[in-house]
Amino acid sequence: MNIEKILLEHSATPSRREFLRTSGRLVVGVSAATVVGPFVAGAGAQDAARGLYPDPDYHQLDSWIVIHEDNTATFYVGKTDCGQGTGTAFRQLMSDELDIAYDKTTCIMGTTDITVDQGGSGGSDAIQTDGWPMRRVAAEARRVLLEMASQRMGVPVAGLAVSNAVISVKADPAKKVTYGELIGGKKFNVALTGANIDATTGVAKVKPVQELKMVGQSPQRYDIPAKVDGSNKWAVDVKLPGMVHARNVKPPVAGAKLVGIDESSVRNLPGFVKVVSKGNYVAVVFEREEQAIAGARQLKANWQKPATPQLPDGSDGLFKYMRGATPTSSQTPINIGTVDSAFSGAAKVVEAEYEIPYQGHNSIGPAHALADPSNGQMTIYSNDMKSYGMRNGVAQFLGMPREQVRVIWMDGPQGYGRTAADDAGFEAAYLAKELGRPVRMQWMRDEEQAWDTKGPAFTVKIRGALDAEGRMTALDYAARSADYNHLGYNEPDTVLIAQLFGQRRDRPAAGSSAFPNDMYAIPNRRTLLEVVGLPLLWETPLRTGNLRDPNGPQSTFAAESFIDEMAFAAKADPVEFRMRMLTASTADDNGFKRARSIAVLKATAEKYGWQPRPGPNPNRGRGDVLTGRGVAYTYRNQTVIAQIAEVEVNRRTGRVWVKRVVVGHDCGLVVNPEALHRTIDGATQHGISRALYEEVAFDTEKVLSRDWMTHPTLTHLDAPQQIDVVLVNGDPNPNRPDLPHYGAGEAAMKPTIAAVANAIFDATGVRMRRVPFRKERVLAALNAANA
Amino acid sequence: MNITLRVNGRAHTVDVEPATPLLYILRNDLGLQGPRFGCGLGQCGACTVIVNGTAVRSCITPTSSVKGEVTTLEGLAQNGRLHPLQQAWIDEQVPQCGFCQNGQIMTAKALLDKNPRPTDDQIRQGMAGILCRCMTYYRIQAAIKRAAGRNA
Repeated sequence: MNIEKILLEHSATPSRREFLRTSGRLVVGVSAATVVGPFVAGAGAQDAARGLYPDPDYHQLDSWIVIHEDNTATFYVGKTDCGQGTGTAFRQLMSDELDIAYDKTTCIMGTTDITVDQGGSGGSDAIQTDGWPMRRVAAEARRVLLEMASQRMGVPVAGLAVSNAVISVKADPAKKVTYGELIGGKKFNVALTGANIDATTGVAKVKPVQELKMVGQSPQRYDIPAKVDGSNKWAVDVKLPGMVHARNVKPPVAGAKLVGIDESSVRNLPGFVKVVSKGNYVAVVFEREEQAIAGARQLKANWQKPATPQLPDGSDGLFKYMRGATPTSSQTPINIGTVDSAFSGAAKVVEAEYEIPYQGHNSIGPAHALADPSNGQMTIYSNDMKSYGMRNGVAQFLGMPREQVRVIWMDGPQGYGRTAADDAGFEAAYLAKELGRPVRMQWMRDEEQAWDTKGPAFTVKIRGALDAEGRMTALDYAARSADYNHLGYNEPDTVLIAQLFGQRRDRPAAGSSAFPNDMYAIPNRRTLLEVVGLPLLWETPLRTGNLRDPNGPQSTFAAESFIDEMAFAAKADPVEFRMRMLTASTADDNGFKRARSIAVLKATAEKYGWQPRPGPNPNRGRGDVLTGRGVAYTYRNQTVIAQIAEVEVNRRTGRVWVKRVVVGHDCGLVVNPEALHRTIDGATQHGISRALYEEVAFDTEKVLSRDWMTHPTLTHLDAPQQIDVVLVNGDPNPNRPDLPHYGAGEAAMKPTIAAVANAIFDATGVRMRRVPFRKERVLAALNAANA
Repeated sequence: MNITLRVNGRAHTVDVEPATPLLYILRNDLGLQGPRFGCGLGQCGACTVIVNGTAVRSCITPTSSVKGEVTTLEGLAQNGRLHPLQQAWIDEQVPQCGFCQNGQIMTAKALLDKNPRPTDDQIRQGMAGILCRCMTYYRIQAAIKRAAGRNA
């Protein structure tokens, strides 16, 4: 069965089916036979006949694009849309290159046996990297269709015009043929080339930017209507005959060993199916969902605590541990210039240390997956953003040929990196194989807060030197992250169930720390990046994985806070201080990052109405509420970003409200400005949440963040009154026909914590060097400053 | 135990443990997809439905306690026309992932039904308990104002 059929079968009413058909979510047959998935190319067809799940061949045009008899097209891409509207953007890019109206197209994404493997989502590379093969294959399809029309009408290609999927003869426009008439319902049978999927290409060249019509427009996201009328089919909504419900029972403290299970504690509960355990992994399975929840609570399991507690004592203990630990990796310092002599000859030296705790994904919908073991194969319905990786990982984990495993990607709650959606997929598949029935795994809220992967904690020590003219002459930056054994995506030997089974890697992943931005012309620089490991590396709730720009917000908080501290020490305006260091060099890279950085910082300051002055704010207010502004600038890959936050700080309560944010953003060619605005809005507020609230609380035994009270998050009360997004094209040749498109899913949250910290300083004169800036901590800092 | 529920204008009789949270009956027995499991603790609002005009957290509402008409996200559209809030959500292009938006829309509906022209502060207060981890708050508030005719 394929995704379209499943989705249609689960659509309750004919009218809803019709809605799904027309909403662009699905492709269904336009002729008598239902077209499902692209035509399977090459050997895949034989595999499909044998009941195996093929790998769509990315070297076949038919794997990417199907033209239907009614002159519509379906695009098949190997990406997943986690809510940023990338599917809409792909349709815009591909319809432009194919020369077909946007609303005559649909897009299918991320299901392993019907879409080519572009890796799903990650790294904000959907538009930046994957957009290119999509453009090229669409251009190739247009080229092939023109040749077909040329043969059919006996007119050279040069004598043909194409518009909205209709090819006409230039000299006699009445003579025309549609794409659907040329190839509708048939295969292209055109081979593509390219060393890998990102390099996939045909013979045709992509259009110059000036000829793109849909790119730059803002069609509404096609997925939104079904998400607001209740008709959308999410991964949580799939129900299969015979399906049962599973819940995990996690170790009560980190490092606990399972000694025994008293199955009689749940065996007589209604709906009981099975208790499954192996090593320290325990799950209960019941017929109904509420029964499984009750069963997981009531199961009596005997756990042996480790002889000594295994975790540092909260964030305080963690930071202390991190400072004292011997790093698992310590990169040779990068030295530029003569740092030590610059410090000894400095007019002024500033030192500061910054701390960022573990912060979690804490998805609004806890991890989940449904696995179906029918016919000895395995189908997993998942929102995991890397469905292809899950397919391969689960096959290895279960010891099944990968041809027998597929992942059907469906919408789900936020996918901003390596979430526990990975873990839930493996757990569902394992249980389904054990039981021989479809199993739905659903994590509970306390599991999600406690056991989901965390963005690594950081301590960052920085020293800076100023000369007598207030120029920054040296920067000495040393960052440590608690990131040893950083989890990759869907790794069969590091997913949580594998760890609980007792599997161990000989060499845990090294993890990483992060650089500050290197665009400032500071003549003498030293950068030291180190990673430390916690004593408990496996089966720990403090496991790290990618969280939206994995190390960026942490390193940028430290680095851009510090630049602000240097500006203060130099009695300089924070924007001018940065601008001087950006313009002090003319060296640029081939993406013109320096030129674009200068343009973005300038545009951001202009939009805000920035009046130059040193901080703190001389007119901060006299009552309880103090106001200030803070700037931060950085880049992520080639996307350049600056933010100015305006805050109100209540000096009686310590509460910080980010009242206004201006975001300057240059990600090259913009495909859908309105959708981009909203992605930037969301990333910015995500950054504010991490600045003001987010911290995983734990003691020496366990994570104490178990719900939304013990892990607060941004709420409606905190939403800014105004967010201004300025989309900048700072390319020195802004109208060049090959203007690249860069990523945008993560960049806007990278500088936010720093911008907020700098604004708090401007409002209060107090420097917040430890994240988050909850009101108790801000109030304590204000009181300490006044003592 | 047989319990009869009126949901979106139709009566359904289900045979369940009376304490079963309404959420699981709506999702698993009646096949509704609007209300979603987010926390099971009544803290995030993803499961919100409207009972007798009041937004309630279906994940902590015992099914046997439900005495009135239940409206879910699926029940907001009338005669094939989206509710003005749903239309405003589309016009403002509110959702990112969209998983929480059921609770946002249903809570906004109950809010506007009681107070058709809320102030900014009343919107913030009224929506405060409905969480969004993609942080679409800014656009949600814009959509509520639009539906309330404040920026028409």
